Amino acid sequence: MVSIKNSLLALLCERPHYGYELRQEFESRTGSTWPLNIGQVYTTLDRLQRDRLVEASAGDAEGRKVWNITPTGRDVVAGWLARPITRPAPSRDELAMKLAIAASLDGVNLSAIIQTQREATARTLQDLTRTKAAGGDPAAPHELAWLLVVDSMIFQAEAEIRWLDHSEQRLSNAAVRQRATSWGPRAHGEAGAAQPTATIPRMGER
Amino acid sequence: MSDQQLLRLDGVSMHYGVGATAVVALAGIDLTVDRGELVAIMGASGSGKSTLLTIAGGLTKPTGGEVIVDGRWLSELDPRQLAALRRRTLGFVFQDFNLVPALTALENVSLPLELDGWKSSRARRAARDALAVVDLADRASHYPDDLSGGQQQRVAIARAVVGGRSLILADEPTGALDSTTGELVLRMLRHRVDAGAGGILVTHDPRHAAWADRIVFLRDGRIVGSSESETVDALARP
Repeated sequence: MVSIKNSLLALLCERPHYGYELRQEFESRTGSTWPLNIGQVYTTLDRLQRDRLVEASAGDAEGRKVWNITPTGRDVVAGWLARPITRPAPSRDELAMKLAIAASLDGVNLSAIIQTQREATARTLQDLTRTKAAGGDPAAPHELAWLLVVDSMIFQAEAEIRWLDHSEQRLSNAAVRQRATSWGPRAHGEAGAAQPTATIPRMGER
Repeated sequence: MSDQQLLRLDGVSMHYGVGATAVVALAGIDLTVDRGELVAIMGASGSGKSTLLTIAGGLTKPTGGEVIVDGRWLSELDPRQLAALRRRTLGFVFQDFNLVPALTALENVSLPLELDGWKSSRARRAARDALAVVDLADRASHYPDDLSGGQQQRVAIARAVVGGRSLILADEPTGALDSTTGELVLRMLRHRVDAGAGGILVTHDPRHAAWADRIVFLRDGRIVGSSESETVDALARP
C-alpha cells in the first residue's frame, strides 16, 4: 500500500532503522490502529530498495540489515507531506446505496432504516470515545499521534450520523412536498412511512 | 426505585395549548439515570430535548407523568421543597455558562451552598475543593470576565457538583466552545459522573453525545431509539 510505503520512508528520514524497529515505530505512532505483519514490512522495504528509495547495510552478526533512506527517498517523503491526499473515485458505499435503493421501493420504512443505522453508528462513536477517554494525558507526545488517528475515526463516524440526519430531513421534506402536490384529501400518516416514492438525487456522487 | 437511580421519568408528557392548536412537546417519556451514568439526549431542534431537561430539573411542571429525583416525587413537593431539592441535588450547566459576573469563580461556586444556609467558611472550602477537581484552583479569585470560555464552563461544572449535588443537567454545555476546549469540558463532566454523580447531556452534536454511556434519540417528543456502549464499564471506570 502506498500509505505504508510512504509512512515507513518518513520514519527512515529521522534515522536508520532495523525492519522490526520500523514496524514497532509505525504501530506506536499510529496507535496500533493498523497492525502490520513483519512480512509486509520486509516486502515493502525490498520494493523501496528496488526503486532506490532506501539502501540496506550489510547484515550484522545476526544477519539483521539496517535500512537507510536515499536522497531520492527523502524527495518522495517531502512530496508526500506537501501534497494533499486525493482519494480514488467514490467507493461503492453500501449504506448510501442501500438508502438510495430503499427510497425507491414501495412500502419501505425509511425512518426505521435510518434510525437503526444511526444507533449502530452512534455505538461505534461511543466506543471510540470510550477508548479515547481511557487513554492517558492528551497532551503527552506519544498520546498525541494516537489521538489524531482515533479522532479521524470519530469524525468519520460523526459525519455519517450527520449525513443520516440530513437524509432524514431531505426525505421528510420530499414527503411533505409530495403530499402538498397530490390531488384530493390524504390521510396523515407517520412522516417516515408515508413517502415510499421519495427519491434521493445523485446519492452515488456523494 | 433503587438507590442507584438518581432520576426517573415515568410517562412524562408536555402539551402546550388545547384542542386543535395543541402542541405536543413530549409524549410519554420513560427515562432513568443511575449514579455513575451519563445519558445524552439527541434530536433535531424542536424534538423536545430542552423541555425534557427543564422538566427533569423541576423548572417546568409536566402536563402528565411523574418525575422522581433521588427518591423524591416532584409532584408531591411544595415550591419551597422543590427549590431546596434543586439547590441540594441538581446542578445545571448551560451553553452560556450563567456565571454571576460580579462574583469571583470561588464565590460563584459557593453561592448555592450559602443560599442553602451553609456557613460561609464551610461553603468556600467546598467550593475550593470543587474548583480543584476541575483544575481551576489557581483561578479561584478570578472574575468570569478574566476567564476563557472553557474555564468559565469548568467553573459552571464545579458549581453543578459542589456540596454533593449529584445530578448534573447540561444543556449544550459545549455549544459556545471550540472543539478541543469542548472536549476538555466533556472529559471533566465524564470524570464527575464516573466519580458517582449522574448526568443528562442535551446536545445536537453526535461527537459530544458519544461521551455518554447511553444516547437517547428524541423525535417529535418521543424516544425513537437509544444506543449504549457495551464497553462502558471496562473502559470508562478505572
